[in-house]
Amino acid sequence: MSSRSWSAVQHSATILLVSFLVLPVAALALTLSWSDLLAGARHPLLLPALRLSLTTSTSSLTLVVVLGSLVAWWVARHRGRLSRFVESVTQLPAVIPPAVAGVGLLLAFGRRGLLGSFLARQGLSLAFSTPAVVLAETFVSAPFFIQAAIAAFRRVDENLLTVARTLGASPFRSFLRVALPLSAPALVGGAAMSWARSLGEFGATLLFAGNLTGRTQTLPLAVYTAMESDLRAAQALALIMVAVAFAMLLVLRRVSREADDA
Amino acid sequence: MLEVLVAKRIGTLELALELSVGAETLLVAGPNGAGKSTLLRLLLGVTRPDRGRIALDGRILFDAHSDVPAEDRRLGYLPQDYALFPHLDGLGNVAFGLAGLPRRERRVRAAAWLERMGASHLAHRSVVALSGGERQRLALTRALAREPRALLLDEPFASLDSSARLELRGSLRRSLLEWRLPALIVSHDPDDSMLADRIAVLERGRIVQEGTRDELRAAPSSPFVAGFAAVSRDSP
Repeated sequence: MSSRSWSAVQHSATILLVSFLVLPVAALALTLSWSDLLAGARHPLLLPALRLSLTTSTSSLTLVVVLGSLVAWWVARHRGRLSRFVESVTQLPAVIPPAVAGVGLLLAFGRRGLLGSFLARQGLSLAFSTPAVVLAETFVSAPFFIQAAIAAFRRVDENLLTVARTLGASPFRSFLRVALPLSAPALVGGAAMSWARSLGEFGATLLFAGNLTGRTQTLPLAVYTAMESDLRAAQALALIMVAVAFAMLLVLRRVSREADDA
Repeated sequence: MLEVLVAKRIGTLELALELSVGAETLLVAGPNGAGKSTLLRLLLGVTRPDRGRIALDGRILFDAHSDVPAEDRRLGYLPQDYALFPHLDGLGNVAFGLAGLPRRERRVRAAAWLERMGASHLAHRSVVALSGGERQRLALTRALAREPRALLLDEPFASLDSSARLELRGSLRRSLLEWRLPALIVSHDPDDSMLADRIAVLERGRIVQEGTRDELRAAPSSPFVAGFAAVSRDSP
């Protein structure tokens, strides 16, 4: 293939795929009038769903980043079968269909689930509650952060950690003062992807937490509910959700760039 | 005085050696795979010996009953590529090892050490932009700022070009004589023997000969010793 033909193939593929990816988002915006958008912004489902989505996605992000960083560090610094097994387990939620994840969460933590009777004795009923939303979002979004963190931590030069130890830093302090700052750009990128995945989570949330306004009805579920009665309202909610997600991603990219420059 | 008696099996390498370093510089020379890096890791405390004893100025760092963590061994370490923290400037790198002090005092003391080592101009420079010689000087300052009881250097000139090596070997030799700390340098480069008072040659995990340059030249116990001693340099 000549270089001109190769360039043409690349350009054609780029135009085709980018058009395909942009078209649905563009359709959301271009087929909605301002009045319909304003009506959607005043829809009674929006504010409770938006508040809930931001709260639960932030909570799941916190869980994923705190626990995921520790797991990723352990996996990155250890070799062997156990480390490889743990790494595979952390990737599992990414390949399980969300609806299947929802059924699994229900069977694990629901009232009649594996841990159901134990949780009930502690006075906890997780299914169809706001914590269930957090658990569902954590389950589906964890792989996106953990994989990025493992890759970033593996790139940390072992010599830097050894020198840090000889300079009086404990293993924890070496992690905190050397590994984390050096891995920051990749960690922020992984957190952004994880957060975006949890914000958009639908199937596992629907099956494990239900669709209860103000309690478990996140923005994606609100869009689904609105669609059953009013497509325009659903469209407005969807567009607002895209805008919120976009804004958060821009903020996180800025933070990641500043961490990179530092 | 650094006293070492250790044994460690890693893969096919069976390391077993005994040596002691007083207020002098000992060069541990050997071909690749001889166990030089393993020896450093055992001394630093990042790899645990199978058995043995390591003591520094009478304080046990490792034996059958104790294993002092790396961060408490008071050993200064200069790795092969100096391992300066790229996210910290020169002052930040030197201050890293002074974490037990209040923040203001940390920076004051780090600045004082930089001045003492003729490296004040590196305080606010990004370490990624420094020359090889500057990086070595900064890394040494960082190691010394913690006032270690011994120094371990891993191929200190491997990442420098030949003209920088020539200049810096002389400078490092003078510094080692001034500090009078037990210093152990591992290297495969015969030219590094000018830094040392004594040389121990490590082959396949064992010390095959130990002595001054002249003693090794006069009666080498192996072809590697003979080759190493023949081309090694005397200190100026």
